[in-house]
Amino acid sequence: MKKILLLLPVLLLLAPLSLAQDMEHEPWTCPEGYEGQTLSIFNWSTYIAEDTVPNFEEACGVTVNYDIYESNEAMLARIRQGNPGYDIVVPSGGTVQRMAEEMLLIPLDMAMIPNVANLIPDLLGAAYDPENTYSLPYQWGTVGVGYSTEVFPDGITSWNQVWEHDGPVAWLDDRQTMLGIAHLFLDNDPNTTDPDEINAARDYLLEKGGNVVTVAADDGQVLLERGDVDIAIEYNGDILQISWDCECDDYAYAIPEEGSNVWIDNLSIPVDAPNPELAMVFIDYILDAKVGADLTNYIWYASPNQASIESGFIDEEILNDPAIFPPPEQVANLFAIIDVGAEAEELINNAWDELLIFLGQ
Amino acid sequence: MPRWLSRARKNGSLLALPTVLWLVIFFVTPLVIVLAFSFMSRGRGGVAIMPFTLNHYERTFDIFFIILQRSIGLAALTTVICLIAGYPLAFFISTRRRRLVQQITLFLVILPFWTNFLIRTYAWRILLGEEGTINSALLNLGLISEPLPLLNTQLAVLIGLVYGFLPFMVLPIFASVERFNFRYVDAAHDLGANDIRTFLRIVLPLTMPGVLAGCALVFIPSVGAFVTPDLLGGTKGLMIGNLINNQFGGSGNMPLGSALSVVMMAVVMLSLLVYVFANRRDRGA
Repeated sequence: MKKILLLLPVLLLLAPLSLAQDMEHEPWTCPEGYEGQTLSIFNWSTYIAEDTVPNFEEACGVTVNYDIYESNEAMLARIRQGNPGYDIVVPSGGTVQRMAEEMLLIPLDMAMIPNVANLIPDLLGAAYDPENTYSLPYQWGTVGVGYSTEVFPDGITSWNQVWEHDGPVAWLDDRQTMLGIAHLFLDNDPNTTDPDEINAARDYLLEKGGNVVTVAADDGQVLLERGDVDIAIEYNGDILQISWDCECDDYAYAIPEEGSNVWIDNLSIPVDAPNPELAMVFIDYILDAKVGADLTNYIWYASPNQASIESGFIDEEILNDPAIFPPPEQVANLFAIIDVGAEAEELINNAWDELLIFLGQ
Repeated sequence: MPRWLSRARKNGSLLALPTVLWLVIFFVTPLVIVLAFSFMSRGRGGVAIMPFTLNHYERTFDIFFIILQRSIGLAALTTVICLIAGYPLAFFISTRRRRLVQQITLFLVILPFWTNFLIRTYAWRILLGEEGTINSALLNLGLISEPLPLLNTQLAVLIGLVYGFLPFMVLPIFASVERFNFRYVDAAHDLGANDIRTFLRIVLPLTMPGVLAGCALVFIPSVGAFVTPDLLGGTKGLMIGNLINNQFGGSGNMPLGSALSVVMMAVVMLSLLVYVFANRRDRGA
């Protein structure tokens, strides 16, 4: 009690600040008629803010069950066996497509989700769900280049700088992303299933890969940190991690202007969900400018919410970090990876094996 | 009680039952599955489906052949280096007069096993790195003006393999030399043989079982090594173990991975056959 009393003056001081923000933004209100109902959420671990769920429970007068998973495969396996009672799942792009094909998702009713208008248009209509029939973006990130600022004082803006660098480079062991980048240069669809185009992308990478010392599974950032490579193609989060760890400006992250891979995790409703209406209300709640901003401020992933970004609810530090939020003109050049089906999968797998074998010759 | 059962009870072959069951369930069955997979087609996500095909074997001997060659070459070189380094060491340990010295040196050979193999291999990454211990030392001493490319080379893999498997060479040779009767050496010298001749005609043949066992114990795990090339080899030191591993994760190709494994097993079997025949000839002599 005493602690709360001590905090009171501080809270009073802060109150005008939050009031100022609230003036521009109507707090999200729950449609009526859901009191006493239950919603079950199945989400990745450490992927939501502390108050996101309690605030929703309060606003709608409902009870939320919250379960977590560690991988798309784990979630997919549970839903395939028969939905044990979840109303919300958060699959990544390719998994959305897979689940839609296997009829494991139900279509969203956009009339119940007016906040869909808040989303960044470039992140909608991704190749894995072109009409956003089954999914809306939750959080997202990119693959780009982490580099040593000592070696590149002027930064990296093009993949050509990576190909032409006279020094050690690490690539990412993500076949569809790497071939997709080559497809950008060859004017192909990054998700092409054409055998000739896939082989052309392989040959392109072979030609440009003379400086590649390793194709790193998940530790390109460590190689960069240790000075073993000057450039590491990596996920943005991994490069962010070493910048935070060293509290220095030795490393930077950039998305080359030609474009790169974007991954998007999505809100979806699995088949046989006990309460799909409340699930759509929850999706609308997440897509609220303030709720979305609070979420991003807590978990430090990029928000797909244009309104959150423009409203100033997201911390400046996060918003101004190009490793988290790429500039809008770059977002248009990002490509999402889709599930290409068994035949193309085998072609891509073969091309990747051949690339690994001949890169070292 | 049926006759076969009572007979089995009498001659004690029932004692082998747990082992036989274990081998059938966990060795023979997986082996049959791998063999079957290797002739099947690849389905979505990399799983094995019908119909049967020889494509994977064709690819193994076509595209993957150079990596197979490299793996056998690196494993053979590892075995030779381990033998050259391990034989004198095993000899040194087993000829110590004082039991305590012998025990301590033997203990030192086994000591690295106290640390996880993965961690020890990671340590080599720090030693061999561009800004690693070896390069910094050489730079500071003024012996080189630019860091040597050590990590992510075949040399790094070779160093890692020799380091990792040297104890497997030393221990069997030690056991062999321990049993060696040194009066044979005196006898050879008395009969006029010089040191080299004594070694080649007496010592080496009599310790050959240890040498062969050591070579098998080093060559077999080396040729299928996966962790060492993965951490130290980069693109240049890629070995067949890495490519097999790739086929079983993500959206790889399990039938292809199985075919590669079967070919690997054939290589290992061949080297074991060499071992068995060399051993037999040895005993016959």
